[in-house]
Amino acid sequence: MRIVADKITFTYNRKSKFATRALDEVSLEIAEGDFLGIIGHTGSGKSTFIQHLNGLIPVESGRLTVGETDLFAGVKKNKKQLKNLRSRVGMVFQYPEYQLFEQTVFDDVAFGYKNFFPEADKEEIKAAVFGALDLVGLDRSVLNRSPFDLSGGQKRRVAIAGVIVTKPEILILDEPVAGLDPLGKNELMALLHRLHKTSCKTIIIVSHDMDEVADNCNKVAVFSEGKIIKVGSPKEVFNDYEGLTALRLDVPITEYIAMKLKEKGVYIDTDFSSEDFVKKLVDFYKNVK
Amino acid sequence: MLSDITFGQFYPTTSFVHKLDPRSKIILLIAYIVAVFIADNFWGLLAAFLFLCVAIAFSKVPVSAVIRSLKAIIFLALFTFILNILFYAPKEGDTVLFWRISKEGIITATFFASRLLLLVAGSSILTLTTTPVNITDGIESLLKPLTYIKVPVHVLALVMSIALRFIPTLADETDRIIRAQKARGADFESGNILSRVKAFIPVLIPLLISAFRRADELGNAMDARCYTDGKTRTKYKKLSFTARDLVSVILMAALITGIVFLNIYDPILF
Repeated sequence: MRIVADKITFTYNRKSKFATRALDEVSLEIAEGDFLGIIGHTGSGKSTFIQHLNGLIPVESGRLTVGETDLFAGVKKNKKQLKNLRSRVGMVFQYPEYQLFEQTVFDDVAFGYKNFFPEADKEEIKAAVFGALDLVGLDRSVLNRSPFDLSGGQKRRVAIAGVIVTKPEILILDEPVAGLDPLGKNELMALLHRLHKTSCKTIIIVSHDMDEVADNCNKVAVFSEGKIIKVGSPKEVFNDYEGLTALRLDVPITEYIAMKLKEKGVYIDTDFSSEDFVKKLVDFYKNVK
Repeated sequence: MLSDITFGQFYPTTSFVHKLDPRSKIILLIAYIVAVFIADNFWGLLAAFLFLCVAIAFSKVPVSAVIRSLKAIIFLALFTFILNILFYAPKEGDTVLFWRISKEGIITATFFASRLLLLVAGSSILTLTTTPVNITDGIESLLKPLTYIKVPVHVLALVMSIALRFIPTLADETDRIIRAQKARGADFESGNILSRVKAFIPVLIPLLISAFRRADELGNAMDARCYTDGKTRTKYKKLSFTARDLVSVILMAALITGIVFLNIYDPILF
């Protein structure tokens, strides 16, 4: 499913004197298969934007098409259509473990599936839950435990399983690794790549961690004050130290090192992912030798 | 979705009423309630209504805000109005219109309904012109004498201000959880009452857990800063009575005197 946003605008508290414009004519195209990273400082409109994509926030003005579903302003959306959309566009909020509520892991993961496919029989539910659990890499022994007894990282996996249980084609995650330890972060990113290769064709992550974006995404969109300032490959977007720091954004550590090297007269042509950077650096070193 | 829940619908501006000491506003409100209750004819209510109008005028709060605060009670007022009409037992000499509905019944019902509306409108002036924190401070200060009989007034006031402080936080949290569950296909809008109530379980449980988590964190944070209650604490904002408070108390005394006078004199209206 392709996502096309054309000049969508959104204002919070539109009718009161506290009105704040969260999105200002945002246009963005997300192709099927993209692994998109959305960056921007707090309050730049990232969260508001992603919540448009599964109809949680209705489009106020502009045009938005997700797959074959039109979410234009003024287009009447029926419940069935929205439900269908939400089953295909999975949304993992920040700290998703705070939404767990069932008595067992199985029931919690099954919650979404039962909501979207009320006519599913027991076997189908079981198959879907097992599939989701396998994808997030959780052992089946946790199925009958209370989700509240699990560790933080495990809880987050359960919560993610609860979203991908419907096999969404697009998966959106708001700061998926926030609050995890370095090992947990790596495992979670590996999980997202696994998903990207199997069921979720498109993955969108909102992140403050530039290294994570540089290492994982093929496309980056920079939000600032409700507008998209820049879109492109990590190489295009990150090759602008001054511009990003002016927006009070971090840069990937690789870019920082590349910049320092450049000052010393060493130019490394990299896409800023740590893998590529190290490879280019090694090449450079070998060439000099 | 929940952004329209405003607890303590404080209307920020500066006015005569805003600047009154919260303690005098609380006492004035109690006096006003008493006045409305002792009024036993429409003249008394009219006097209270005029007093209310003056208070609104001096508070610079738009009339629409006061009317909005009546919205919640309008159903109850209508309900009591209808019940009063139906259950008024016509006495001898009453003009019965039909069945058991009499002119006197309608008058009584109108009287009680207007009394209710006057009470709520009066209380809304307090909440519209006083921040929740100031109300709590006022209550704490007024209840101070109770500390002599070992009532933990300060702790109660603290509990109240923490509760008020966390209402918007928990409203935000509720909003977030609702959206997260909606993204997982939860449906809060269809079905009968029972299934709608049930639909909120996936919201209430995470909310409760997070409230406990926050309470724990807040407790730890207070401990870490060596919070103690009791006499040694000082106030950042000291409350003080001014000439304004005196003027309002005199006006209120005039209202009560007027109502008592109207009760005795009772000019024939109907």
